[in-house]
Amino acid sequence: MKLSVLVNEGPYTHQASDSAYLFTKAALEKGHEIFRVFFYHDGVYNGTRLMVPPQDDRHIQKRWSELAEKHKLDLVVCIAAAQRRGLLDENEAKRQGKDANNIAPGFRISGLGQLIEAGIQAERLVAFGD
Amino acid sequence: MSLLHTINKSPFERNSFDSCVAHAKKGSSILLIEDGVYAATQGTAAARKLEGIMKDVKVYALQPDVNTRGMQSKMLDGVNLVDYGGFVDLVTQHNAVQAWL
Amino acid sequence: MSEEMQGGIIKKFLYVNRRAPYGTIYALESLEVVLISAAFEQDVSLAFIDDGVYEIVKGQDTKASEMKNFSPTYRALEGYDIEKLYVEKESLAERGLTEADLLVPVKVLSRGEMADLMESNDVVLSF
Repeated sequence: MKLSVLVNEGPYTHQASDSAYLFTKAALEKGHEIFRVFFYHDGVYNGTRLMVPPQDDRHIQKRWSELAEKHKLDLVVCIAAAQRRGLLDENEAKRQGKDANNIAPGFRISGLGQLIEAGIQAERLVAFGD
Repeated sequence: MSLLHTINKSPFERNSFDSCVAHAKKGSSILLIEDGVYAATQGTAAARKLEGIMKDVKVYALQPDVNTRGMQSKMLDGVNLVDYGGFVDLVTQHNAVQAWL
Repeated sequence: MSEEMQGGIIKKFLYVNRRAPYGTIYALESLEVVLISAAFEQDVSLAFIDDGVYEIVKGQDTKASEMKNFSPTYRALEGYDIEKLYVEKESLAERGLTEADLLVPVKVLSRGEMADLMESNDVVLSF
């Protein structure tokens, strides 16, 4: 079955992104297709490559990036939520005149329409948040 | 099948559980995840509410989250424990998922 | 990312609003999703239950808090053909509110009717 996942909270504060990751991984292992994972609200922080968690803790961003690479996942960060919170890709950084970008490999920044599309095109949309 | 409701909040902290139980229709299912699993522990007011609806609504709890919180021996009888694969199966077996965030 | 790319699929989207505005951003960002979904010509309904009813009470004045007052946007939804707004009677009553306290025309449903509405949609998004 074709599934989409919505992640509404940032890493480490809430369990939501852990739950979303483990759900997504289990769905892929069962042979389901993940149409898209959409990161909204503080969920956009899952996609910063600048996070440096302690070595004995899980690396939430790296986990997502590796899963994306292995399964060609579409990880989309909401642009409006990302701009409010300082998450930028190279183009956005340039456009906004900022001196750095922080988007992690496997993630892309796009509009909220991608969430609606995820709801339309997937047979189920599963949300994780606070 | 109909709706799969997911609850991730402790019933002692927020009203997600109470609100979900008040809206869950016969034939729907409730999956407790994260802090939501405390709702299915014995001796709580929430567990009594679950017992009241169990004939109409199937109740599941995510085993990894139950174990994480040390609640393995406290789970209410009749609550079905599932792993993440079981969570995925529940999603595909229901028409839609409503997350009571 | 417009409607024609969706292959003519029209789904029933239900946005369940359960949170008070301002204390957290969810109500505001939920409204943004609703507005975007209008461009996709989907069948959109909004439900206001629990603290979500506070999103649409009259008299919101954010001048002194410096928050963005987004309450007028609910009145603009009609212009986007989003006209199905449902409010739960019990949630209003529990909060000492009546329909007269609301800033938009809504249909008031009982809790049982709200439960039926939730079962009748393809995609349920709650923030």
